[in-house]
Amino acid sequence: MMLKKLFAFNGGVKPDYHKGESNHLPIAAAPLPAELVIPLHQSIGGVPHPLVHAGDCVRKGQLIGGPDGNVSSAVHASTSGTVKAVEPRLMPHTSGLSAPCVVIEPDGRDEWIEHAPVPWRSMSPGEVRDALRDAGVVGLGGAVFPSHLKVNPGKLGHLDTLVINGAECEPFITCDDMQMRERPEGIVKGAAILRDLTQAKQVLVGIEDNKPEAVAAMRAAVERLKAERIEIVAVPTRYPAGGAKQLIRVLTGIEVPHGKRSTDYGVQCFNTGTAYAVWEALELGRPLISRIVTVAGNVETARNYEVHFGTPMQDVIALAKAKPDSDRVIMGGPMMGYRMPSAAVPVVKATNCILVGSKALFPPPPPEMPCIRCGECALACPVDLQPFEMYWFSRAKIFGKAQEYHLFDCIECGCCAYVCPSRIPLVDYYRFAKSEIWARENEKTAADTARERYEFRLAREEREKAEKAAKLAAKATETKAKLAAQAAAAAAAPADAEAAGAAVPPEPTSTATNDPKALIAAAMARAQAQKAVVHPENVEQISPEKQAEIAEIEARRAKLREVAKAAQPQEDQ
Amino acid sequence: MINNSPYFRQPASVRGVMLKVLAALLPGLAAYVWFFGAAILVQLALCSAAALAGEWAMLAIRKKPVWLFLSDGSAVVTAWLVALTFPPIAPWWLGIMATLFAIVVVKHLYGGLGQNPFNPAMAAYCLMIVAYPQIMSQWPAVGFTDFSTQLTAIFGPDRHLDAITMATPLDALRTQLHTADARATVAGILGSHATFGNIGGKGWEWVALGYLIGGVWLVRQRIITWHIPTAFLATLAAIATIASLANPAVFAGPVFQAFTGGAMLCAFFIATDPVSGATTPRGKLIFAAGIALLTWIIRTFGAYPDGIAFATLLMNLCVPLIDMHTQPPVFGHKKDEEEDKKGP
Ligand code: SF4
Ligand code: SF4
Repeated sequence: MMLKKLFAFNGGVKPDYHKGESNHLPIAAAPLPAELVIPLHQSIGGVPHPLVHAGDCVRKGQLIGGPDGNVSSAVHASTSGTVKAVEPRLMPHTSGLSAPCVVIEPDGRDEWIEHAPVPWRSMSPGEVRDALRDAGVVGLGGAVFPSHLKVNPGKLGHLDTLVINGAECEPFITCDDMQMRERPEGIVKGAAILRDLTQAKQVLVGIEDNKPEAVAAMRAAVERLKAERIEIVAVPTRYPAGGAKQLIRVLTGIEVPHGKRSTDYGVQCFNTGTAYAVWEALELGRPLISRIVTVAGNVETARNYEVHFGTPMQDVIALAKAKPDSDRVIMGGPMMGYRMPSAAVPVVKATNCILVGSKALFPPPPPEMPCIRCGECALACPVDLQPFEMYWFSRAKIFGKAQEYHLFDCIECGCCAYVCPSRIPLVDYYRFAKSEIWARENEKTAADTARERYEFRLAREEREKAEKAAKLAAKATETKAKLAAQAAAAAAAPADAEAAGAAVPPEPTSTATNDPKALIAAAMARAQAQKAVVHPENVEQISPEKQAEIAEIEARRAKLREVAKAAQPQEDQ
Repeated sequence: MINNSPYFRQPASVRGVMLKVLAALLPGLAAYVWFFGAAILVQLALCSAAALAGEWAMLAIRKKPVWLFLSDGSAVVTAWLVALTFPPIAPWWLGIMATLFAIVVVKHLYGGLGQNPFNPAMAAYCLMIVAYPQIMSQWPAVGFTDFSTQLTAIFGPDRHLDAITMATPLDALRTQLHTADARATVAGILGSHATFGNIGGKGWEWVALGYLIGGVWLVRQRIITWHIPTAFLATLAAIATIASLANPAVFAGPVFQAFTGGAMLCAFFIATDPVSGATTPRGKLIFAAGIALLTWIIRTFGAYPDGIAFATLLMNLCVPLIDMHTQPPVFGHKKDEEEDKKGP
């Protein structure tokens, strides 16, 4: 076995792993519940639109949520049965908000819809991506980013390294571990497909070295399948080695900065479960309808279950038997997981673990003390941030400064809060600061839109004033001498030009009315006639002849409009 | 704020940190008692009591949870540093006043735990050496460990100090260099005088060794990082080496500098105060090197017994600036910074 040179990331922590509690029993199938509640929005991106109605009969694997555009992913029925409702239900999210779900009553037959392998080798890359999107394949490590968007070789035309993430660094969670032990071939085959789709020169599967069984099973599968350019690499166990960027760093030495595409650096990263789902989707033609979920924490028998999406978490918890003093349900691990608003929320694609908590297992943090600037948090931060500075500025609501200290590079891994001797819930402060900044940005965008609208209205009012003046002038032309008309036009010109200038640049919806353009042209014509220098920006590219022509036409049209206006005064106000 | 992940944390606490700092002072303290008697223990007790009383009063006035903060141990650490930098036979009220000043003014009036820009113990030392230069220079002679005499010195109305005091090594060296005949050299003075031991001051060198041992343990316990002690001692030694090579008659060598006065205490326990010190790795190096440089200058050219207190306060002032300019590169941005440095 060749020893690979590994790299290290700074920081990280070594919490109690608690993995042995759930990885000694094989994966079991969770029974179908009485009712499946399948949220339509289960991935990053657009909310899929429902394709079924109450009363419809669906079959297992049938498309029930169509992807909304390309940045979205399909949702399928997890079993056969009857659609009882399409309605908002409580989501597996800390916020306690509800969102549209398809509620299915299983018929017990668990009948598949017709499906066939996808001939992906003979398809164009775009078609393969569509197939993955329509199969609902998303990142199963917890981020649920639509996988089809990541399956591309990047601007270099090929990847140097495709990283398959089997590190699974969060305590308690063993779903990837067990999948690698029991279903290594599917993962390796999926990795091979991803390798071909991304034109990767090599595939490195990173697995934390506290999972020797998984490493061995995966190595054996690579040998059995004679998979080329796929290497299984045991990486040192240290949280958060399973963070995509951290694992890429460990395996390749490359650091992908925040906000950059990893493909630009010649690397891409998929979770092992995602690789398996890709294989199922393309080679078996099966959409993603279930996943392996670890149930652990304050339960009698922690174990991994294959769970259909839409199964209420409490049903899965019942299989593991929660202890009586349980007081909360967390989705994910203890370091980065989210507290659920209720145990009734459904298992979704993001649910890698259902962690049952109790006061004894996760004691409430002792009272928060002031920061003593001991720097422990900075030593623990895998992103090399200065957490206490970010904390200080987040707490003081000096968000600009917090951003200067790279707030948005923070991956919310929790290492800093884990080591802080003052027991400050640092990550909560970062979440707070981030959401405040987002809210302010949204507000600013809204304000900008409002301001633009306001400016547009002002411009319109001014334009109408000018038009009125012009109208008067026109009337004067008819009734009075030519000289008087010229004088009126001269008076109107500056106002027009100003109005046009304000209205044009930020105006995206000018298709509704082409008045501004007309006014510019009209103003131009008049200004030229008076040898005044008026020079609106957006007619620069047009030749003088053309300009004159446009001006003439527009002037005529303006006049026509004025006449029309005179017929029905002030109606559009 | 709702409590979210992480749901469990390392069992670390401010109290734990402070207790370890106190524990790390014990070897040095043991040597102190051995060579200079139990007076220092009396001072430790007085200062600790004053610190806790001051802390309690300020917490009550500021309406903070009294027990939570009183039990964090930070006030006791400040008290011990005051006691260990003051003459052990100083009158009882001196240490108490100094500690109260450190806790009430330097710590709490600046916002309490974690907020003070200056090292409280060093600020107290500076105040007292300016206010009572005489008393602050009365250090016990090595070996005069008679406890009742010491108690009289501390509490008695008649302080008969002549028999038990002695100039400190740094003082002795300086006064002799300045006042003795022109032929006096560092080597001559160190060799002839009873104040000096093998490498530093008699007795004091062992205390310093104790601090060194406790300090290394603190580094291994990850309470402090290696940066400040190393940069401090290395800088001090480097300057001393250069100076003593340039003119061995006038400048003491590196080992003497490092094992004399408050140097060891400063390296591991004073400059490493996280609250008032620099926090970034490079910043710590600069901060500690700055203290060492200033310490050497004050020791060599100034009129005070030792320079660490003033040096520390001066560098405390520079901390925001140092931290701001020594931010370590963030994950993935290392390249950008190199490119930035190269310029367009
Ligand atoms: S670990 Fe906690 S107390 Fe220490 S510097 Fe960071 S935030 Fe402050
Ligand atoms: S939560 Fe953010 S600041 Fe804290 S250790 Fe993780 S990345 Fe660093």
